[in-house]
Amino acid sequence: MERKAVFANPEALTDDLTHYCPGCTHGIVHRLIAEVIDELEIREITIGIAPVGCAVLAYNYFNLDFAEAAHGRAPAMATGLKRVQPDKVVFTYQGDGDLAAIGTAEIVHAASRGENITAIFINNAIYGMTGGQMAPTTLPGQVTTSTPFGRDVKLAGYPLRVAELIATTSGAAYVVRRMVTKPATIASAKKAIKLAFQAQRAELGFSLVEILSSCPTNWGLSPLEALEWVEESMAAYYPLGDYKVIDEVKSLR
Amino acid sequence: MARGTILIDEDRCKGCELCTTVCPFDLVHIANHFNAKGYRPSTLVDPQGKCTGCTLCARMCPDVAIIVYREGA
Amino acid sequence: MAKILMKGNEAIAEAAIRAGCEAYFGYPITPQTEILEYMSRQMVELGRTFLQAESELAAINMVYGAACAGSRVMTSTSSQGFSLMQEGISYIVCSEVPAVVINVMRGGPGLGNIQPSQGDYFQMTKGGGHGDYHVIVLAPATLQEAIDLTILAFDLADKYRSVVTIIADGMIGQIMEPVELPEIEPPQRPDQPWALTGAKGRERNIITSLYLGGPNLEEVNLRLQKTLDEIKANEVRYAEHMLEGAEIVVVAYGTAGRIAQTAVKEAREEGIPAGLFRPITMFPFPYARLDEVAKSVEHLLVFELSAGQMLEDVRLATRDRLPIHFYGKMGGVVPSPAEVLTEIEKIASP
Repeated sequence: MERKAVFANPEALTDDLTHYCPGCTHGIVHRLIAEVIDELEIREITIGIAPVGCAVLAYNYFNLDFAEAAHGRAPAMATGLKRVQPDKVVFTYQGDGDLAAIGTAEIVHAASRGENITAIFINNAIYGMTGGQMAPTTLPGQVTTSTPFGRDVKLAGYPLRVAELIATTSGAAYVVRRMVTKPATIASAKKAIKLAFQAQRAELGFSLVEILSSCPTNWGLSPLEALEWVEESMAAYYPLGDYKVIDEVKSLR
Repeated sequence: MARGTILIDEDRCKGCELCTTVCPFDLVHIANHFNAKGYRPSTLVDPQGKCTGCTLCARMCPDVAIIVYREGA
Repeated sequence: MAKILMKGNEAIAEAAIRAGCEAYFGYPITPQTEILEYMSRQMVELGRTFLQAESELAAINMVYGAACAGSRVMTSTSSQGFSLMQEGISYIVCSEVPAVVINVMRGGPGLGNIQPSQGDYFQMTKGGGHGDYHVIVLAPATLQEAIDLTILAFDLADKYRSVVTIIADGMIGQIMEPVELPEIEPPQRPDQPWALTGAKGRERNIITSLYLGGPNLEEVNLRLQKTLDEIKANEVRYAEHMLEGAEIVVVAYGTAGRIAQTAVKEAREEGIPAGLFRPITMFPFPYARLDEVAKSVEHLLVFELSAGQMLEDVRLATRDRLPIHFYGKMGGVVPSPAEVLTEIEKIASP
């Protein structure tokens, strides 16, 4: 009997091994994006924008044209790239510090303008790259290196729910929240990423897929425990769901 | 049921164990040896050829360390 | 070619359009806002890209994105906005992509005021953002020169794959005068094999300003410094007026240079042997030529609409070998030629 590979490295990923920590779900999301790009056959017209944060080196892992943005400015950079070549597919890949703290203005206005780009938003409730400080999405009570007594909302304010916020903008076409904790949720996240890219291809406006992700290293948990924490703690504060899906996007399904 | 197998690239594996909990037949385990990076990689333990090539382990892998094959697929 | 009456900001905008500017991103701030407004009409009518950003931070990063695509792109702002753009300019320079930034300066520091000023000399000529870099800085003294330098800016940006700036001020931006607008052929731009246009039929392109580990970043810096050396060797520009027999030479640029030119003419009419040296490239500063000029004169008078910023470069150029007098006005105060003439007279008859 002949045997055939039914699952291997997508063409839109390079062979490089990522620098991400063991069990970090950045790698899963990278692969999902690459699979979607392969399936839509858009690798040669897609341009990615990497953030500042753990995914700062994302451009090394995608076999695509890629730019590296200043912290938080990826949506502005994506706007510039897309406006001068609207036939291309442009996406940003941003973490919670990048998108929801320093880059809040850029993401909100890109969404509000209905900028025809896609943002893949990795929410892992912590600053990974700088070593585990409080993120805008750090949960109340969560211990980080800059909330050593747990996030006190009286002192540090409340976590920001990005998908809900972006869904209020008129220019957003598709805004959902997913997680990548087990094969079923991973499959759901992939479908969402695919629909976001399809919405952009159909010129329907701004799309954002928020993905609850794990940071075992900075959470001080094993990779498997970290996924449990995503499902039990993060998903409780950040409910999965479709926050805005305009009719034209629904019809793409 | 289609018979399958997986090939784990030990030197890509970071030993995170995410692949070990999703196998319907509990065929993926952590090895007792270390890879070049110092991680204990996951390994397929399938003496009875139960693997169907369902891809669940590979879909959990953050490092694309698992290639899945199916016979006659 | 017929002359037409135009406002400075609009002349700069029209020059950019004629130079083949394909994309403009900006944010309103006085006294440059007419550039944005002009572009909002003309660029749209021409089917080119115009977008009003949510901030100068966003605007410069939109410029960065469009520049990465190989587009001929610019933004314009005034001092406070230029400060905000410094982050993006540093990234663009390190990424080696071409872009043009117009700064129509106003009073500072802080929110300052909206009057003409030259208070951004340091932040424009000395780098301004983080890291080791400079950008080319072109200083127009008339609207015609603003047009010509804006057109030149795009070509220099392409040539050196870097940021080229225009250091104008509220006077240049707001006055009207007759200008000639050249008809320009579509620009002959260099090939851009580095541009992010999709990895079709070629290896992927990556544009980054991140160089972790080892000697990588030093190598990039050495390359950037080499480019700066070429710029210093090739692009020094200046204007000279009445230097023949001059004993007192005023050094001034932009609007101050224009005021000084009148004062120098009036001084000559009074029999005072005055002249004017007007740098046009503030970076690269014409150190060697100024040093040469200073050899045959008795006094230099540096005149700025700031507190003595260019003064430092004049002192560097001449190593303080001769008396260097200074007359500066800050906070948007623009002296008349008569006031500059008074300063010249004080030197002539102490």
